[in-house]
Amino acid sequence: MLDQSEGYTTADGRKIGGVVMEMRNITLRFGGVEAIKDISFDIREGEIRAIIGPNGAGKSSMLNVISGFYVPQEGEVWYKGAPRPSMKPYQVARQGIARTFQNIALFEGMSVLDNVMTGRLTKMKTGLWRQALWKGAAESEETANREVAEKIIDFLEIQAIRKTPVSRLPYGLKKRVELARALAAEPSLLLLDEPMAGMNVEEKEDMSRFILDVNDEFGTTIALIEHDMGVVMDLSDRVVVMDYGKKIGDGTPDEVRNNQAVIDAYLGVSHD
Amino acid sequence: MPEQFLWTIEVFLNGLMAGVLYALVALGFVLIYKASGIFNFAQGVMALFAAMTLYGVMNGQVPFAHLINAVFGTEIHYFGWNLPAILSIVLTMVVMILLAWLVQRYIFRYLVGQEPIILFMATIGLAYFLEGVGDLMWGSDIKTLDVGLPQGINLWIDETTFNFFGYGFFIDNLDIVASIVAALLVAGLVIFAQYTKQGRAMRAVADDHQAALSVGVSLNFIWILVWSLAGFVALVAGIMWGAKSGVQFSLSLIALKALPVLMLGGFTSIPGAIVGGLIIGVGEKLFEFLIGAPYLGGATENWFAYMLALLFLVFRPQGLFGEKIIERV
Repeated sequence: MLDQSEGYTTADGRKIGGVVMEMRNITLRFGGVEAIKDISFDIREGEIRAIIGPNGAGKSSMLNVISGFYVPQEGEVWYKGAPRPSMKPYQVARQGIARTFQNIALFEGMSVLDNVMTGRLTKMKTGLWRQALWKGAAESEETANREVAEKIIDFLEIQAIRKTPVSRLPYGLKKRVELARALAAEPSLLLLDEPMAGMNVEEKEDMSRFILDVNDEFGTTIALIEHDMGVVMDLSDRVVVMDYGKKIGDGTPDEVRNNQAVIDAYLGVSHD
Repeated sequence: MPEQFLWTIEVFLNGLMAGVLYALVALGFVLIYKASGIFNFAQGVMALFAAMTLYGVMNGQVPFAHLINAVFGTEIHYFGWNLPAILSIVLTMVVMILLAWLVQRYIFRYLVGQEPIILFMATIGLAYFLEGVGDLMWGSDIKTLDVGLPQGINLWIDETTFNFFGYGFFIDNLDIVASIVAALLVAGLVIFAQYTKQGRAMRAVADDHQAALSVGVSLNFIWILVWSLAGFVALVAGIMWGAKSGVQFSLSLIALKALPVLMLGGFTSIPGAIVGGLIIGVGEKLFEFLIGAPYLGGATENWFAYMLALLFLVFRPQGLFGEKIIERV
């Protein structure tokens, strides 16, 4: 096991802490298809960790393993220094792992604020009766949760649409609301599934800035999937590269950029 | 024509009261539909089952007595006790929660993510099954459910209106109680859905399963909760209808009357179920009194609600309070 206190310092001088999550020899099969083949890597506290790869490389499957939506046939998921037993996605969420989805999964019928407040569900502890009667602890708890939600809404610059039903928002804003909901859980690990997919250049720049700001301001550990190489290289501290379910590279953006296997995977290689 | 006017008011009030009972059944539908997208055809049978169970528990009936007697040649029918109404209601609620758990565990858990029509078919199956089990458990004879609710004409209203207008209104005590209970129930449900953690989780599940999971909501728990709530509403409706017209098979058919109520109120709105129920109740009574009986030969109450629903389907398919249907192409 890796030493928990061990860490490193990034090029821009940020201190990265110990291992938060470690994937150990994960293999995931769907029937006869191996989506992930014996992959190991770790995610350290405070870093932005990217998982990249061409289409069909198994990136989303990997994220779904981390967030409990898929259960791997082989391998162990270590979280906060202990192996994690097989869990349902809602139990993983309660452990402090929040996520967004590639195809946006928001509560379309609710307002932006209500959506962000659902992110606080794991933090609400007061009993049913006290909540219904709106007394004492429940009241102060609701106020506290509301404050966190509002702070995140401010931070992501979506105050203007707080009360708007999510179904009326354009795509780029929906992505941002989804990020806000995930952040509202104050996660120990934030998983972003293609946060920039389908966005134009300007929206991509906005999203990149928010991801960096979130990491900087809240110290949130972030693991993200992206297939736009350019964005990933600017954003992340360390990168895992996957191709056909296998890990073909792991390291800083510069190391990965010069890795021959990675170049082959992205640019193709002649099989003569 | 002051006398005609007073009668109209009396009919209107009675319509309101009848509407409350329709609304009670419709509420059960809305709850399940909101949280799971399932149109629960079995809601009416659940009300019947709840009323039968309550009667059986109160009077110490042995469940499955006929079956047991037929198989073992015994002659047992009663335990020989009579439980107080409150205790029986609590015990019946336990049975309804158990039913909710069974329904989730053995039917809908396997149908997650299926088409709405498949879920709907499953509830039709559930309706027939529950009807059969109800008969087998408690017998199919007509029972009079008496949990001690006041019944009959409210003399105070009769006297007061007589002194005031010179004509005494006939308002049934049971209807008044039903209205108060329904009001409390709705207030409770709205507070629950809007202000509690479980209520918020319920709304989340109704909206998007994946997203709900990702914020730490257990779908299974919420569904059992929702079916239990629907069971509770069915129990209340069963008590009211059972007290009004006896516990018998036709009780399950009131579910059909809830359909037009839902068309009016919208499938997703709790206040809509109430207002829809009231409109149907008042509408059919007034229509019968003012137009049906004098000009159409009467018995219009049988079809008025459905005709109204049809009109709504043509002009406002989402109902009065339902979420507007917007299709983006």
